[in-house]
Formats: sequence, C-alpha cells, structure tokens
Amino acid sequence: MRGLAPFWSDLVEKFGLMLIGLAAFAAVVGLILFLADRAPKKGRDFWQLLAFVAPALLLLTVGLIYPAVRTTLLAFFDRTGREFVGFDNFVWMFTQPDILITLGNTLIWVALVPTLSTVIGLAYAIFIDKSKGEKVLKSLVFMPMAISFVGAGIIWRFMYEFREQGFAEQIGLLNQIIVWFGGQPQQFLVNSPFNTFFLIVVMVWIQTGFAMVLLSAAIKGVPVEIIEAARLDGANAWQQFTNVTLPGIRSTLVVVVTTISIATLKVFDIVRSMTGGNFDTSVVANEMYTQAFNRNEFGYGSALAVILFLMVLPIVVYNVRVMRKQKEIR
Amino acid sequence: MTDVTDKAEAKLDRPLGQKNDPRAAKLSKAANAKLKLTSPGATAAAIIIAVIWTIPTFGLLVSSFRTPDEIRSNGWWNIFVSPSFTLENYADVLTTQGASSANLGSYFVNSIVIAIPAALFPIILATMAAYAFAWIKFKGSGAIFVLIFALQIVPLQMALIPLLQIFSGVLGISGTFPAVWIAHTIFGLPLTIFLMHNFIAEIPGEVIEAARVDGANHTQIFFRIIIPLSLPALASIGIFQFLWVWNDLLVALVFSGGTADVAPLTQRLAELVGNFGRNQERLPAAAFISLVIPLIVFFSLQRYFVRGLLAGSTKG
Repeated sequence: MRGLAPFWSDLVEKFGLMLIGLAAFAAVVGLILFLADRAPKKGRDFWQLLAFVAPALLLLTVGLIYPAVRTTLLAFFDRTGREFVGFDNFVWMFTQPDILITLGNTLIWVALVPTLSTVIGLAYAIFIDKSKGEKVLKSLVFMPMAISFVGAGIIWRFMYEFREQGFAEQIGLLNQIIVWFGGQPQQFLVNSPFNTFFLIVVMVWIQTGFAMVLLSAAIKGVPVEIIEAARLDGANAWQQFTNVTLPGIRSTLVVVVTTISIATLKVFDIVRSMTGGNFDTSVVANEMYTQAFNRNEFGYGSALAVILFLMVLPIVVYNVRVMRKQKEIR
Repeated sequence: MTDVTDKAEAKLDRPLGQKNDPRAAKLSKAANAKLKLTSPGATAAAIIIAVIWTIPTFGLLVSSFRTPDEIRSNGWWNIFVSPSFTLENYADVLTTQGASSANLGSYFVNSIVIAIPAALFPIILATMAAYAFAWIKFKGSGAIFVLIFALQIVPLQMALIPLLQIFSGVLGISGTFPAVWIAHTIFGLPLTIFLMHNFIAEIPGEVIEAARVDGANHTQIFFRIIIPLSLPALASIGIFQFLWVWNDLLVALVFSGGTADVAPLTQRLAELVGNFGRNQERLPAAAFISLVIPLIVFFSLQRYFVRGLLAGSTKG
C-alpha cells in the first residue's frame, strides 16, 4: 500500500479541521444564545431578538447585499475598479461579436430548455399515471436530478464522443448509431451552431425529471369527478386533457416553467465542463466567470452579472405574482 | 406534539400551488379502475423515454468497470459481446499519488469536509432567524423578512467578485475551507430562512404560549419546542443543501483556490474532463465516485430528497 500514508495523514488533518470548524461554530452560536439567555431583565427581549437574527442578517449584509450593490457599481467602472467608464462595459457587450453570440445562446437556452423539459415531463407523467411500476419509472427519469452538472457533463461527453471514421471504432453511442445506419460520424460539440443544442439536451435530460415529479403530483390533484363528467359527456382522451387536466394544473405548470427558466439562465457547470464555452457555445453565466476570473476583467464580468440579474428579474416577479394570486384564491 | 409534526409534514409533501383535497384522493381510489387512460401506445412511449433517460448513465457505469484499453478502443456496448470486469480504474483514480494522477481520494475528503459544515451552518442560523421572524414581535419584522425573500433573486454571480475581494483582502482566508463554508452559508441563507419560516410559522401558537406562561424565555423555547418539532423540515432542507453544496462547481472554483488541499470533487472532475483525450479511461470511474453519495441519498432518502427539492428548487 505504498503512497497511502500521506493520504491518511491528509485525511486526519482535514477532518480535524472540519471538527474544529464545527466546534467553533457551535461555540459561537452557543455563546450568543447563552448570553441572550442571561441578559439583564431590562431589555432581555431585545437582546434575545438580536441574538436570533443578527448572525444571519450580518452574513447576508456583508456577503450578499453589499456585494450585489458593489457589483452593480463595478459594472460602470473599468477593469481596475478605479476609473468610472459609464456604460462602456455594456456598449462593449453589445458590440463584441463573441458576446453577442453568448447573449443569443442564452436566449436559445431559456427558450428551449423549459419548453422541452416541461413538455416531455408532462407527457411522461401522463403516460405513466396509474400504471404498474409507476414508482420505478419515475425514479429512472428523476435520477439525473440528483447528479451534479459536472457529472452529467461527463456522462454526455461519452455519448457525444467522436472518432474519425476509418481510423478507429466509435466509442460514443450516438456516433455508433449513426455509423450503424451508414452515416458519417459528427463532432457534436464542435460544429456550431448545433453544438449549443447538444449542450441543451444535457440540461433537458436533467430538468425533465423535476418537471415530471411536480406535474405528476399536480395531475393526481385534479378532482376525478370532473374528469369523469367530461368522459360521460363524450370527451375523448385528448379533449379530457386539454379541457380538464391542463386548466387544473395551470399554476403548477407556471411554477415548473419559471423555475426551470431561472435555473437555465444561470447554467454554468454544463458549458464549463463540456466545451469551456469554446466553439461559440458560451452563455452569460460562463462568460461572466471567464471575463472576471480568467481574464481579470472585473468591469466586464460585473456588467455580465448585472445583465444576468436583469434577465432573471422579470421571471421571478411573474412567479411571485402568480403565487400571490394563488394565495388570494385560497 | 406528533400531531403537529404530522400536519406540518403533510404540508411539506404538498406540491407547490396545489391544494390537498382528501375527497378527491378517496374518490380517485374508487374510480381508479374505470379511468384507465393509459393506452398501449402511451406505455410504449413511456418506456422509450425511460430507456433513453437511463442509457447514458448506465453506459458510463459499464465503462467504469472495463479495462483502460477497452475504454479507449471501443464502446461500452461491446461488453455484451466480450464481457469483462475490473476495478483497476477505481483503484487508479482513488489511490495513485502524483502530479498527473487523478488523486480523487483527497478531493473526496475535501468534498465531505466542505459539504457537512456548509449544510449545517446555514440551516442552524436560518432556523434561529426564522424563529425570530415567526414568533418574536418587533418593528420592521415583516419588511426585513420580505427583503430576505427578495434576496433569492440575486444570482450568486452578483456576489462573487466583491466577496472574493473581502475574503482575500480583509479576512485573508481565500482558498481555505472556512472561505468555502462561509460562502455556501451566505448563499444558502435566503432560501433556508424562507423555508424554515414557512414551517415554523405553522407551529400552533398555543404550544408556544403555554411554554411562555410556564416562564420559558426565547432561548428555552427554541431548544425545547422549535428544534424538536422542526426536525423533519430540518432533515429535508439539510439534505437539499448538502447535495447542492456537494454538486456545486461555481462556488468551489471561485473560493477554494483549486488545489488538492481544499477543492472538491466537482472541481477536479471539471479539470479532468478539460483534457478529455488523456483522461478518457479515468473519467467513468471518477464520475461515479462523485455520483455515489448523491445516488445513495437519492435512493435511500427519496422522500426527503423530493421534499427538499420541491421546496428548494428556486435556489441559486
């Protein structure tokens, strides 16, 4: 077992560090609550309140509110963060061909991923509703949801793997199928513009399970007597679906579509691990990382983060409004 | 007391925007036999979808047990023609040391060391804050809670640059475990506070009133009533947060420094896949090592997992 000794010492050291971290956290929280418990009678309520909310509020202020404000400001400064440049970073964004492709790709993603995932997820949920083995069939499609985007990226890199025909056997299933049918193997991840679609497939593969589980639960909530009534009135399966089931699950559909849209706008890991944003496949979240952390262009990176925020904002607002209405109806 | 938990648990199982109608549930059981919509065509379509969705993962799993030569020379489906089995790849990626080796053992440890505190810290702080917002009356309580809810819409990309500057400039902890813990805690708080608040606010007021009358103060109520009653919610949200951290790449890339000292599995996998040609035989085994914990959680705790996911799907 040569070479394993450093591993064990490393392991002990890191777990030791983790235990120290956990103990330190427990000590701090414990001390805060203990002091609040022993606070002088006068104003005790105030001190206790402070003890409960201050840690979270402090972290959020320093780690989220301040940074978000600062990023918004940085978007109007140059790469050093010292010189005010007005809207130059945004002008750069909308005049740079690369970045325009990136923005376009993001729009393609957000148009296709929610649509495809929801349609396939809904169809699947209906097909397997009340069938034998529904649980197993559900887990199979739902499983990708537990996997990291990086893991999914690797899984699909192998599906898409390309070998020059005549030089070697294909090891990617998709190209092998093409070859079996007598076609030419394709470089799925290199040939623009279709490579973006093959990345989108990975995201759809992950999100369909999420859509399916939510919609399946919603379908089971549609009152059976209404479906029964429609059936007695002579509605066929398709009419039952469009006139009864669909209106019944409308609010869940909105939640599913908006949730997947938001996740899609922020997609980073898939692009990062599959193409690195090369071959015209970059998206806003990936470009933001590249500009800010690979090229030290903090101005550009911040501007892209602001754009991302502006794209997410209307979807969230819509989502919240729908949920509010839902509550009023109740 | 268990009744309270049950009721709150039932709420957790309800999908978003859906009312529970016990009448419908009863009826559906009775009418089940009559309402078989599933035609043979639909069944076939469902099976095709299930197969398409399963094959990519299955193929990778098969690959991970083939010899390096086989992985390089032909596809995993050849295993049905010439069966073979080896654990060589797993041994290689886990234990081989050296600059060019995958060295996943260290990264696996890092992932655990990152994910456990990064799941515990936010849910504990969130439970405290959620209790205050739900049961301690104070001025501005509503406004602050709405603000925290609104913070969910800030993509974490907005916070990366300044937070990194704080970590490296002010605190000097960039590239250490505490930096990654704190970053994950901060990014996890808005959603966990919101979800814990939803749960804790449902605890009946009489239970808490009774404790107050007995002379318990907030700290005592928190430990004796809130924590025990919130355990199901804590489990679901904790599992969700744990998996979110385990699967995360972006926060790790920015705050971990990217070395075997701190960086998690996802980061190393992204590096390996960056040189796909050279690491081809290692990647299937490497990917499965990173998937094993999420898959165990998924199959053994599916109920909690689904709940956490339904509740936490808007995170990020």
